[in-house]
Order: sequence, then structure tokens, then C-alpha cells
Amino acid sequence: MNSKVMRYGGVFLGGLAFGVILIKGRIASWSRIQEMFWFESFHMYGVILSAIVVAMIGVQWIRRLELRSLQGESIKITPKSADRGQMIGGVLFGAGWALTGACPGPMYALLASEGLPAVVMLLSALMGAWVYGAIRARLPH
Amino acid sequence: MNSLLELLRTDPWPWYVTGPLIGSMVPLLLWIGNHLFGVSSSLRHICAAAVPCGLPYFAYDWRKDIWNLWFVGGIAAGGVVAVTWLEGGGPEALAPAMVERLQSFGLTGSGDLLPRELFLADGPFGRIGWGIVIIGGFLVGFGARYAGGCTGGHTIAGIATLQRASLVASIAFFIGGLVTARWFLPALWEALA
Repeated sequence: MNSKVMRYGGVFLGGLAFGVILIKGRIASWSRIQEMFWFESFHMYGVILSAIVVAMIGVQWIRRLELRSLQGESIKITPKSADRGQMIGGVLFGAGWALTGACPGPMYALLASEGLPAVVMLLSALMGAWVYGAIRARLPH
Repeated sequence: MNSLLELLRTDPWPWYVTGPLIGSMVPLLLWIGNHLFGVSSSLRHICAAAVPCGLPYFAYDWRKDIWNLWFVGGIAAGGVVAVTWLEGGGPEALAPAMVERLQSFGLTGSGDLLPRELFLADGPFGRIGWGIVIIGGFLVGFGARYAGGCTGGHTIAGIATLQRASLVASIAFFIGGLVTARWFLPALWEALA
């Protein structure tokens, strides 16, 4: 099979599975996100912590066995740059997360089923990303 | 086959199923194409493709990261699959104390993905629903790009690959969320009551 078809087809199917998980696991839920911030349920904390643990084991496993990607490349993880953006941007992101009950993944997952509010939400997020790009040079980093 | 479908339709999937499945996305994407799991970069790529407007932040070849757009396209398709065939998307029972709290604010506490009284109705909450959607959505996009990632790229993939910046970002996500959910929203509900 064409390697591009395999790569992007695989990515698309992975995304599809992720979308199903976000809805069925109730991550894409305003109500559940409020519940998390009020410490009324362990659900979201269980999800986040077990996801981190499984991802960590998976990455360690790839490193130990020196697994290669489907394309035969050695797997590399590019380090994320650290600056004041994580703090300032992070707090703003958290505020938006509590208001909408959705981070970017859920916004895509809700797009088709929740109608106009979900569409406007994603468009607003795109506008936010664009405005960040426009005023980036003037923000503290 | 039928019993598998029944199993998939369980609502909600418990955390110990949901969390590990989400976590497994990280090694899966690394294996499929050497891609580090994350969602919010797609917002940047869409801007770069559609409205770059000559801004330096959008002056790069977004096609090199097109996998990310296939990924979010898949997420949107997955949402349709979950709601159409897997009985996702309806209301669900929240923790009783949470239902009580939401009701004390005048909401129904129905446990909807997006509560209808807040986002879709004409009542007192409906009037501010659009404001919440637009301002909240804007903050998610702006903040995620400012922080260099969202809950997927930082809290899951970043912490799992032991990146300090991701831990800082995740703590900041929670600070912003806690203050907004526990202080700002209740004050807003009170002002509306």
C-alpha cells in the first residue's frame, strides 16, 4: 500500500478513535469539566492520570526497544520550548476550558453533534489562535 | 458482534478504560508517522492555510504538518460515530453534590455535553450562552497557542515525555480553570439570578 495512504489513513483512524473516546468517556462534556474543577468526581482525574501513565510506558517501551516508525525512521521527540507563555497562556487557556467545558480535541468531537454553539466555539478558538499570531511580538514570552 | 456493540455503548466509559485508551494515542502516533500527539497546533495550521495575512507566525509550510489536520478531521468523524451509532452524547448522571450545586445556580444539572439551558435556550442563561461560547472559545485558542500546546500536547504527551514546560503549562491550565469555574462562573450565575 502507498505509504502516504497508510500514514494519513492511520492518523485519521487514530483521530476517529480519539473522537469516539472523547464523547464516550465524557471528556467532551461541559458538565464533567465543571465536576472536575469542583473536585466532585474522580472521573477526569482518573482519565488524565492513567492516560499519562500509559503514554509514559508506551514511550519508554519505544525507546528501550528502539522501535522505528512505519516509515523506518528512528523515533524522535522534539523538546517543547519553555518560556513565560506556559504560565500566562496556560492560565488563559484554563479559563476558556472552564467556560466552554471543552479543550481543542473535544471542540472537534462536538462539531457535528452539538450544532451551532460547537461551530461558533471552534471558530472563536481559531480566531484566538489567529489573534495570538498577530500580536505575538508584543506579548511577554 | 452484538455484545461488543453493547459494550461500546456503555455510557460513560469508565475512567480506567478512557484514560489508557487516550494515553495509547501517544505511542500509536509516534509509530504511525513519528508524530507527537497534540491537537491545538491544528488551529495554527488552519490559520496558516486560510488566513496567513503575511504574519510571521503563520509563515511556514503547514503542509509538512498536514498529519495534524487528518487527525482532527478524524476526531470530528469520531464524534459523529459516537453520537450516531454508539449512543454517546445524551445527558448522564453527575455526582449528586454536583447536580445540587448546579441547581443552586439555577441550572438543571442534566449532565449534557453542552447543557441546553446554557448554550441553546432563550432563558436567562441562553442570553449569555453565546458570550461564554465566543469568549471561552477565543481564550482556548489564544491560550493554547500562547502556551505552545493544550491538554493533549502538554498535559498528556508533554508530561509523559518528561517535559518541564508541559508540567508548568498543566498547572497553569488548572489554576485558570479553578478560578473561572469556582469564582467567576458562580458570580456570573448570581448576577443573572
